[in-house]
Amino acid sequence: MSFDRLESLYRQVIMDHYKHPRNRGVLDDGNLTVDMNNPTCGDRIRLTMKEENGKIVDVKFEGEGCSISMASASMMTQLIKGKDVDTALKLSHAFSEMIQGKKHDMDLGDSESLQGVAKFPARIKCATLAWKAMEKGLKNQS
Amino acid sequence: MDIKQIRRQFPILDQQVNGKPLVYLDSAATSQKPLSVLNTVDQYFREYNSNVHRGVHTLGTKATEAYEGARDKVQRHINARSREEVIFTRGTTTSINTVARYFARDVLKPGDEVVTTVLEHHSNLIPWQQAAKQTGATLKFIPLQDDGTITLEDVEATVTDRTKIVAIAHVSNVLGTVNPIKEIAQIAHKHGALLVVDGAQGMPHLPVDVQDLDCDFYAFSSHKMCGPTGIGVLYGKKEILEKMEPVEYGGEMIDFVDLYDSTWKELPWKFEAGTPSIAEAIGLGAAIDFLDEIGKDNIYRHEKELTEYAVQLISRIDGVTIYGPQEADKRSGVLSFNIEGVHPHDVATALDMEGIAIRAGHHCAQPLMKWLNVTATARASFYLYNTKEDVERLAEGIVHAKEFFSNVF
Repeated sequence: MSFDRLESLYRQVIMDHYKHPRNRGVLDDGNLTVDMNNPTCGDRIRLTMKEENGKIVDVKFEGEGCSISMASASMMTQLIKGKDVDTALKLSHAFSEMIQGKKHDMDLGDSESLQGVAKFPARIKCATLAWKAMEKGLKNQS
Repeated sequence: MDIKQIRRQFPILDQQVNGKPLVYLDSAATSQKPLSVLNTVDQYFREYNSNVHRGVHTLGTKATEAYEGARDKVQRHINARSREEVIFTRGTTTSINTVARYFARDVLKPGDEVVTTVLEHHSNLIPWQQAAKQTGATLKFIPLQDDGTITLEDVEATVTDRTKIVAIAHVSNVLGTVNPIKEIAQIAHKHGALLVVDGAQGMPHLPVDVQDLDCDFYAFSSHKMCGPTGIGVLYGKKEILEKMEPVEYGGEMIDFVDLYDSTWKELPWKFEAGTPSIAEAIGLGAAIDFLDEIGKDNIYRHEKELTEYAVQLISRIDGVTIYGPQEADKRSGVLSFNIEGVHPHDVATALDMEGIAIRAGHHCAQPLMKWLNVTATARASFYLYNTKEDVERLAEGIVHAKEFFSNVF
């Protein structure tokens, strides 16, 4: 049995984040909380962020969903932790471009491993859930 | 049933998806359409496309005859007393909303009860939540047994003299359980309540005789029974439909119109405001002819055999949970399952890579997901064109998915 196409989607690093999520949990001292779900499939995420002087000093997520949505959340928190709000929003834009199969010019870290999702249109919403939650949280407060 | 002959009527099934022959196991979401339906719709647009009920010209007459002829086919198919009892709608959702709107507006009072179940599709739950909220009526739920079935004792215990309406699915879109509609109708009527049946998953698969069931309303969609999307039916008993106010106002449904007041056409047209889905209704008529020729009894038996075979093959796979009754005779052609440790979306993507189309998610039944204590399930659903080989491909696909995800973890 060949799993070539599946492996192009489910890269090892994605499975690692799914199995060992980074920044999982809820921040006790967070000042931004966003709940978001994907009503068509039931995936849900709660993102808590601690923002100080335009910087995301800490971030955690919890939720339920498929490997793509949870791994993406884990990678996203890893990437934006310690970044400026402006940079985080730019990264979000770059991620959105990448996931639609377009070019971008930012270093997305582990999140780059999700570029295969562009070839699975039905799964794009899974990958963008956490990013949308982050954007919503940051845009609402500014 | 000659499956090969049936499959020849569904050209869409003869294709490769991701390099493998397509196995379509998502008919509970929407069924495929046979050539006779495709040709009927095509012929309408090519040869006699016209508006109905108004044209004096020849094409208009032909379109009206075909549209009303489709109503007659539905009437015969469900054994309604008269054709006025068959109202064309956009689908099951619109049909149920029409009934709920009537109850909210003219029937329900504070303290009245609306009885339904935990396993309903959102389209047979939310209209009743809203009707209850608007009127101060109480929403009550018939409890489920551990296997998702309901007992008549529990129906008896839930329905009271304060109950005005019982709203229940004929067949569960998640568990495939078939609810005892005829007996529930008797209990409802004993208490002076009416019964509305969500037949979206019942009508495509079961012989339905609305007089025998004695339900007051039966709602269903064309697209799950080999017909086009955008058309469905609300069956209702004439004496009740006559009391009901139209939901939409406009052209087609009026008798006389004055500046300050108007009167409505008789049944069924008072509920069919605006230009209806003409091609789709005619297509539904063709779908009914197609199903009648094969026979719903045969279709149901075939699906049961497939489901039984699927339960047999899939329950053998370690780490797979099948939801609902384990006995095949308690379920129709719907099979919800999960692979331990693998999210159903990931299962669906893995199966899709092998050309197998299933559904994954909450199936528009979030309260039932909560009751099952899961966030989502994978669901395979069978119809008349599915084969034993399809079931075998599904079982193999599940084994492969399990293998893949246990290796990457």
